[in-house]
This record gives sequence, structure tokens and C-alpha cells, in this order.
Amino acid sequence: MRLKMAASQAVEEMRGRVVLGEFGVRNVHTTDFPGNYSGYDDAWDQDRFEKNFRVDVVHMDENSLEFDMVGIDAAIANAFRRILLAEVPTMAVEKVLVYNNTSIVQDEILAHRLGLIPIHADPRLFEYRNQGDEEGTEIDTLQFRLQVRCTRNPHAAKDSSDPNELYVNHKVYTRHMTWIPLGNQADLFPEGTIRPVHDDILIAQLRPGQEIDLLMHCVKGIGKDHAKFSPVATASYRLLPDITLLEPVEGDAAEELSRCFSPGVIEVQEVQGKKVARVANPRLDTFSREIFRHEKLKKVVRLARVRDHYIFAVESTGVLPPDVLVSEAIKVLMGKCRRFLDELDAVQMD
Amino acid sequence: MEEDQELERKISGLKTPMAEGERKTALEMVQAAGTDRHCVTFVLHEEDHTLGNSLRYMIMKNPEVEFCGYTTTHPSESKINLRIQTRGTLPAVEPFQRGLNELMSVCQHVLDKFEASIKDYKDQKASRNESTF
Repeated sequence: MRLKMAASQAVEEMRGRVVLGEFGVRNVHTTDFPGNYSGYDDAWDQDRFEKNFRVDVVHMDENSLEFDMVGIDAAIANAFRRILLAEVPTMAVEKVLVYNNTSIVQDEILAHRLGLIPIHADPRLFEYRNQGDEEGTEIDTLQFRLQVRCTRNPHAAKDSSDPNELYVNHKVYTRHMTWIPLGNQADLFPEGTIRPVHDDILIAQLRPGQEIDLLMHCVKGIGKDHAKFSPVATASYRLLPDITLLEPVEGDAAEELSRCFSPGVIEVQEVQGKKVARVANPRLDTFSREIFRHEKLKKVVRLARVRDHYIFAVESTGVLPPDVLVSEAIKVLMGKCRRFLDELDAVQMD
Repeated sequence: MEEDQELERKISGLKTPMAEGERKTALEMVQAAGTDRHCVTFVLHEEDHTLGNSLRYMIMKNPEVEFCGYTTTHPSESKINLRIQTRGTLPAVEPFQRGLNELMSVCQHVLDKFEASIKDYKDQKASRNESTF
């Protein structure tokens, strides 16, 4: 009976945990496919999935979002992460028409920098530009003008050496970019909604006599094409840590144990006069593996991760709020599936 | 008859007509000679691990599938080869279609749960802000 329980515990560990050993990681791959484990029905069951699946939002503010997705497999969680990074579209500067650039920053460097500026425009309201279309219409292009000339400040003190005093307009910021509405864009987008996300990004520096005069065209694109189109500063996930104490740890060893993990993970309590260690909040741990450097303590702890519990962290660049980005990413994956389903239907028609 | 003579029989997917007579096929099915429809390699164009791995997982969860795997052919080419072999005589297109449908319902469910969770969080935050004033 004990043997059977031990065996089933081992099977549960193999199915549900990724174990971090001293010299390697075990049970990494998903193995719960039909036929691999006797006594388990691993065929896909939508109802069972829906019953076990949940999403918990831990923290959300205007630019960052932390949420948990529990009950899903790595393949699909990773698909969402990849789509957030590379396939959710945004608007960014693609073409720069330079009328005059006498600054020290070369044309192409300046154009590169302008492309990386996040543009506050909802990409869902625009369409992709057709291939081969040079001009661009109001439905797929946004136009911005940047015109700055640096002059000497006539009212500066004689012997001042501070550039802020000596020169006028010597730093070109994104707030100098003005939006030029095309066609009916002025009616669709109220004043001030189409602008760079941040108005204090330094684009270039000038000295008296230098001028930058250019026109920028923004188009819709995806991160796969160029990283400037990526809507997230970053999007990542980690698995929920699972720390188990295989034996009770007391006294000084308890204090030492709590120092091996991130603060807050191990709590040392006074029980009947003795200090006893307890795992309080494993979620906070970053798995520095410090425990493996202590000979006596490394046998007492099992470090593992819960295989189907994903802690996502999404940081937006400001174009769209992070919860909208995650919804859009899920819709992109649905769109991909739909595309191939339509293809299959079309093939089976002929 | 035909299958004896040709080395491969390609069943191409829908071709979308482009400007200069260029054709873009999104999906091709390749079948080796002498096999039934139960072993097929699907070539998905303009796709990578994002769809490949998630689709492979959904198809593997089908007990009728004996083998399912995908590879990216070369990093410079953006396409994947997804091979499905079924037990018995079930045509391979069937688990492929079922996998796509199931992946779509997973995404739909995730979307619904996520949006509900976001709404709950926003409501909770709003009521917490109200109660402090």
C-alpha cells in the first residue's frame, strides 16, 4: 500500500512538477498525452480544461500587468508570449522624407531613431498598407512633421557656458513633432490623441545654424518585421515555484534556511520554544539555488515548479493598455487557426 | 495508378491571386507515394513555433493520433512541416482540423476568462478607491 502511494506520488510529480536538481532540471517536457500513463485519461476534454483553468490578475496599472494563468500547457502560454512580442500590430514611423538636415546626426541614424519612437495611435483603427503603394491613404498612414531650427539666444549672459542659456531650441524632443491629419483623420481623431507616447524623448541635439525639417509617415506593422513595431517593452512568464521541506527544520538551521531564499519565502516561527521553519510564500522566490551550497540543508528541500501555473508579466510601451494587448494576442492566435480552417474548407470544396 | 508513377502527390491549398501573377499558398499537403491518407505532412507557410507547437500539443491530445511532430525547415524560410500519422485508417486531415478547432475554443475560453478577470480587478479597484474617500 505504501509502495503504491509512493509510486503514485512519483507519477504525480512527473506529471505536475518541473524539478530543479543540483546539477540539472528534470521533468521538463509535457508528457501527459493519451497512452503515456496507464490509469489516466489524457485525451483532450474541453470541459475538464474549462473546469481547471483560471486567470487571476495580481497587479495592473496603466503600463504593466501581472497575472496568473493556471491550467494551461507551456505550448499555448508560450504562443501567447511570442505573439505579444512579435505579432500584435502597432503604428510606427516607417518612411522619413528629409527636406533639410544640417544637424550632426546623419539622415539614416535620425530616421532609425524616429522609427523607434512609440506612437500613441490605436492600431486597430488602421489597416496595413498594400504592398507597392508608395503614397499611403488616410486609412493606413499617419503623418508627422518635425521642424526645428537652433538659433543663438541674444539675451544670454556674456560669459555663460550653459547651453540651455546660450542657445534656443538646441535639444529636439518628441514634443516638437506635430501631427498632420490626412483626409478625414481630423474628424475621426480629436486634437491631441495622435501623438508620440512620451513627449520628452530626446531625438537630436543642435547648435546655432543647424536645422531639422522632415516629414514622417507612420504605418501599421508587426514586431516580426521590425522590433520598432513591438507593442511591449517586454512580455515574459515564469512558472510558480514550489518549495517543499522534506523534513522539519528547527533552530539555527531554520534561520540559515530562511537566508537561502528570497525574503518572505521562508518564515521562522516560535513553536513551543523552538524556532521552526515554514514555507510561507514560495511565489516570491527567484530560485538563486543558494540552498545547494549548504551541505546539510540541500537534502531537506525539494525545489520544483508547478508545470501549468504561469505568472505572466506584460509591460506595455504605452501604445495600448497591457490588458488590451493580451486580448489582442489571444485574438491573433484565433485568427491564425481560423485562417487554416478556411484554407481546409476551401480545399475540401474543390 | 497515378501514385505509382509520381514520387509525391501534392495537394495544394487555396491560392490567393497577387498583383504580378504571384501565388501565395498558405497550406500544402504532401503525401508520400503508396500510403493512404492517414500519413500526411502539412506545409504551413508564414508560420513558426508560435502556431506549430501549440497546434502540435492539441493534435497530440487526440487518442487517434499515433504520431504528430513539426519542424521549421530552415531559419531563413518561414514555414513549418507538420506531420500527422493516425492509427487505423482515419484520414490525417481530420485530426488536423479538430486540433485547429480545439485550439480556437481554448483561445476563446482563455479570452473570456481573462476579460472577466480584468473586469473583476477593475471593479474591485474602483470600489476600494471609493471606500477610502
